Amino acid sequence: MGQRVLLIEDEPNIIEAIRFILSRDGWTVETHADGATAVAAVDRKRPDVIILDVMLPNKSGFEILRELREMPDHATRPVLMLTARGQKKDREMAEAAGVSHFMTKPFSNTEMLEVVRRLAMQSPDLHPDNSPDTSHG
Amino acid sequence: MPRSALTGTRIRERRTLKGVKQADLARSVGISPAYLNLIEHNRRRIGGKLLIDLARELGVEPAALSEGAELPLMEGLQEAASTSGLRPQDGKPVSLPETQRAEEFAGRFPGWAALVVAQRNRITALERRVEALNDRLAHDPFLSDSLHEVLSTVTAIRSTAGILNNAGEIDRDWQARFHRNLYEDSQRLADGSQALVSYLDTVGKSEDTLASPLEEVEAWLAARDFSLPELEQGKMPDLSGEGGLRTPAARSLARKWVLRARAEAEKMPQAMVEAIISRHGPDPSALAQAMGVELSAAMRRLASLPASETRPPMGLAICDGSGALTHRKPLDGFAPPRFGAACPLWPLYQALLRPMVPVRRVVEQHSQPPRRYLAYAIAQPQRPESFDAPEVIEATMLFMPLDQLDMEVRDGEVHGIGTSCRVCARIECPARREPSMVLEVPEEG
Repeated sequence: MGQRVLLIEDEPNIIEAIRFILSRDGWTVETHADGATAVAAVDRKRPDVIILDVMLPNKSGFEILRELREMPDHATRPVLMLTARGQKKDREMAEAAGVSHFMTKPFSNTEMLEVVRRLAMQSPDLHPDNSPDTSHG
Repeated sequence: MPRSALTGTRIRERRTLKGVKQADLARSVGISPAYLNLIEHNRRRIGGKLLIDLARELGVEPAALSEGAELPLMEGLQEAASTSGLRPQDGKPVSLPETQRAEEFAGRFPGWAALVVAQRNRITALERRVEALNDRLAHDPFLSDSLHEVLSTVTAIRSTAGILNNAGEIDRDWQARFHRNLYEDSQRLADGSQALVSYLDTVGKSEDTLASPLEEVEAWLAARDFSLPELEQGKMPDLSGEGGLRTPAARSLARKWVLRARAEAEKMPQAMVEAIISRHGPDPSALAQAMGVELSAAMRRLASLPASETRPPMGLAICDGSGALTHRKPLDGFAPPRFGAACPLWPLYQALLRPMVPVRRVVEQHSQPPRRYLAYAIAQPQRPESFDAPEVIEATMLFMPLDQLDMEVRDGEVHGIGTSCRVCARIECPARREPSMVLEVPEEG
């Protein structure tokens, strides 16, 4: 498929497992472990799909998502959020921040792979029409 | 019905219990059976010699006839009724506690009444504990981090195991790597789970009865009759030894209280305070002026003195700017509520409305036997340590039974108060914020 995923996660063995699963499916997987510089990494790498952990060092996944959604280039970029906190309020907070899909840990590999494949179809770089129209201010 | 009005009912119950005929009892105290019949049906008030004679004939103390059940038992029953949570649902009738007959119940079945109060106290303690544990689950950083660690490890194990389960196309190097990861994660999971269990075990042991640190401190002070003799010698009491405070939060709270009390004991030595009381009575303004301290400090110092027959017992209530009680030293008949808000008519809250203005009031607990108290109160700002610190205010109220003071009071100077709205009988009170459970409120319309 040749599409790129940016995995923002700080847990080494989870990174290794996800990297293996996606790479085997043909994805190019890049990783980033620090919350503070995650937005800059997205801006630089412009991945087709972002897999974003909530509990990251220095900045939470919710904050990162909110900042991305305020940037026109990333306002519709697909974000799969992973969290160990599966409560209703966490899901609502993620939806309010503009998440594309919310998945609680632990997840099944098959489910995660299917969601990434589906989200990639919504990538703004793949379908420029998905980009928000900013001409109306 | 006022408690004193039930004296006749108690006389009848006692007489019946002893198996004495009405005519025989009447004759023994020199009154007609018809008159005793009127008394027993609460149609004639009695007191003085006749009450003493009847009590003697019935083999009880006069107070047992005139006051009936013990005040704490009555207060406990009223609180049990107010917190029963029974409400008519979907139009279906519910048997509500007959609060107006609480005294009759306590008088006739004291054992059952004590059981109701004990069970209510137990339920309240358990509810508080559940609340505290819920709060801990939601906000305890250690618990949150531990659970996150366990779930992250389980996630890694599940994903890795899922990969190995379909290992057909994985080369041997990757297989070895994932096996090593699984081993490491299983070890992490075992360690994390063990730490979590140990932590929860400690929490369970340390919080098996008292739920909040404030309650723990109050129970600790109450066990010492709210007087700490060590402070008089400038020493610190042992907060954590035998009979001490079990939780770090309670010890921290107690330390703040004790440090302030010790500084006040140093500024106002007991012998000098006793001398001022013997000259002016237990008047906090006299003490404050003589010792050059704030009124609130004088009030706290008076309430910290050991019990003595030479002065009245003194209760103390302290609240913060939100009105939440942060210290409660109760007196018989004047017990600040353990949970929820107190009566807004207390001088404590009147003082909170006008910071730095001292308030002195004679108050009467309306729903109790006519017990009056002299209350002093003042609200004072806490000294901020910086110009940018938020303004914090604390109100303090000292109260003592009026009948133990050499003081004459006209009826017009007495202010009716309650404990809290739910157990207060002042139906028409303008400060009422919720219906009373003690008296039935007539339906409107």
